[in-house]
Amino acid sequence: MDENGRSYIFDNPRNVKAVIYALYVLCATLLVLDFFVHRHVDHPWESWFGFYGIYGFVCCTFLVLAAKAMRKLVQRKEDYYDD
Amino acid sequence: MTSVAPFLIFFVGGALAAVTTGRLRQAVLLGTPVLGAVNLYHLPEGTSGFLELFDYTLVLVRVDKLSLVFGYVFHLAALLGAIYALHVRDGIQHIAGTLYAGSSIGALFSGDLITLFVFWELTAITSVFLILARRTDRAQATAIRYLAIQILSGMLLLAGVLIWTSHTGSIAFDYIGLDAPGGWLILLAFGIKSAFPLLHNWLTDAYPEATPTGTIFLSAFTTKLAVYTLARGYPGTEILVYIGATMTMFPIFYAIIENDLRRVLSYSLIIQIGFMVTGIGIGTELAINGAAAHAFVHVVYKALLFMSMGAVLDRVGKIDGSELGGLYKSMPITAVFCIIGAASICAFPLFAGFIAKSMVLAAAIEEGYPTVWLFLLFASAGVIHYSGIKIPYFAFFAHDSGIRVKEARPNMLVAMFLAAFLCIFIGVYPWPLYRILPFPVDYHPYTVSHVLVQCQLLFFSALAFVFLQLTKLYPPELPGINIDSEWIYRRFLPYAARYLLDQAHILGVRLERGIRQALAAWMGRVFHLHGPQGVLARTWQTGSTVLMVILLFAVVLVFSYL
Repeated sequence: MDENGRSYIFDNPRNVKAVIYALYVLCATLLVLDFFVHRHVDHPWESWFGFYGIYGFVCCTFLVLAAKAMRKLVQRKEDYYDD
Repeated sequence: MTSVAPFLIFFVGGALAAVTTGRLRQAVLLGTPVLGAVNLYHLPEGTSGFLELFDYTLVLVRVDKLSLVFGYVFHLAALLGAIYALHVRDGIQHIAGTLYAGSSIGALFSGDLITLFVFWELTAITSVFLILARRTDRAQATAIRYLAIQILSGMLLLAGVLIWTSHTGSIAFDYIGLDAPGGWLILLAFGIKSAFPLLHNWLTDAYPEATPTGTIFLSAFTTKLAVYTLARGYPGTEILVYIGATMTMFPIFYAIIENDLRRVLSYSLIIQIGFMVTGIGIGTELAINGAAAHAFVHVVYKALLFMSMGAVLDRVGKIDGSELGGLYKSMPITAVFCIIGAASICAFPLFAGFIAKSMVLAAAIEEGYPTVWLFLLFASAGVIHYSGIKIPYFAFFAHDSGIRVKEARPNMLVAMFLAAFLCIFIGVYPWPLYRILPFPVDYHPYTVSHVLVQCQLLFFSALAFVFLQLTKLYPPELPGINIDSEWIYRRFLPYAARYLLDQAHILGVRLERGIRQALAAWMGRVFHLHGPQGVLARTWQTGSTVLMVILLFAVVLVFSYL
């Protein structure tokens, strides 16, 4: 609730949880569909079960952690160029 | 109906905007791109607008399928920008925006390299006012850097064109290639404006410093004009495949850790250009179509994303992720438009990105670039983090910053609505876009397989975001800047110059001191010999003088006998 006494949809943690659970269900469904849908394949790796899902998850996790490490190297104070 | 050179309408519009005010000026601003679009629609294919210059014939207008598709989207972007900026009272911005659009359109339709060069420079000169109009010290400094680099690109282009023309005797702007004399120089000129790796930093430096409305114009024209020139001059140039692939990779990391959300979008812009450059490098019909289609939809959804962030900046006065959050409560409509733009850039099925981006990926795999394909796929997954989630999440959701503002201005909402509508319309019904692409399209985006793999890629990437957030591994938004290649000219070169000057100064001081010391020593010796107490200045006694004379006589005597 904010100072006007209005309550918004994501103020309730249950709604946030619902969104996250919906994502879990969606991901599970998409993975299961890999059993049933014959995917068009151009690259041999594509034919692996769940290739796109796993590639996406692994890439993004790596990407964020690598960026986090990179921050130590490249981040400076906001006035770095000003002096 | 007779038609005129497309840029003329914008130049007249810009001039009229300078002498009108209020509602009349608003009418001029809106009327210009609309009239331009009608004119463009009736413009016959082929060349027109010839102008004699010394021995050469300039071709002001060359209309073919490649220039047309970019022409349509440039007019669209000009209209969106005009609507979005309609409330602005600062006349400079309106004039600059209209003239900038006109210059870009002039460059786009130029049939020869000299006309291209003139408009190429005009885009730089007109657009810089959109940054200067922010009227902060930081924007001023940025604008100078931006202008210097843009003009440098023009100088390289001119040098390349002169070499090319002196060898071939032709000024026609067609396929150039790297083997041509001056080919590398022209590629470098195009490369600066398309933000090639290491030449890219002007973009992420300048675009976030422009006015909220100015960035909409900037994001549309310069880079896409450069993409068009690459597609015209260097299709199938293999090095572009690798340059493009690099462009899709390294800015992702910067986009993840960047705090200024408009700068995040600027890095994201480079990644998107990377897809187009890769497509041009591959050079097949599918790849060029992919690059053109991607450029078209990219202009629309990137404008939409920049508009949503511009609206936030306009209302809140800040755009750093670390200071925003919870804005969906006060700007819900903007939030929805932002999410539509985010879904489009991520290429979710039914949104604009989906029907374009995959063409370049398909071409990469078809032409035997599996590693590049994996890179592009990496970028396609990563986009959900920096653009898909980060932008809407940190601005509109995340933790509530407590900021309560009004919803975006009505004209901004109208512009965002139009862009959002187009994002969905093109995503659902891509055939009109496919019809205006440079080559006939034999591509069907909505196959079960394509929809499934794209959903898997994106939703599992989103899952990674949730995973990293819940485990608190996701890096928080922190104030600060990240050093990039601009460090070379903003830090290293000034420091190196200062160091060299200091060294030269020290050397000079030492040299001066050495000379002084040597002089002093010499003067000391002279003083020692000739000074008041000097050996040679003493008054001699008569006896010793007589002795000296006798000695001299003795010497003379000896010599005379020899």
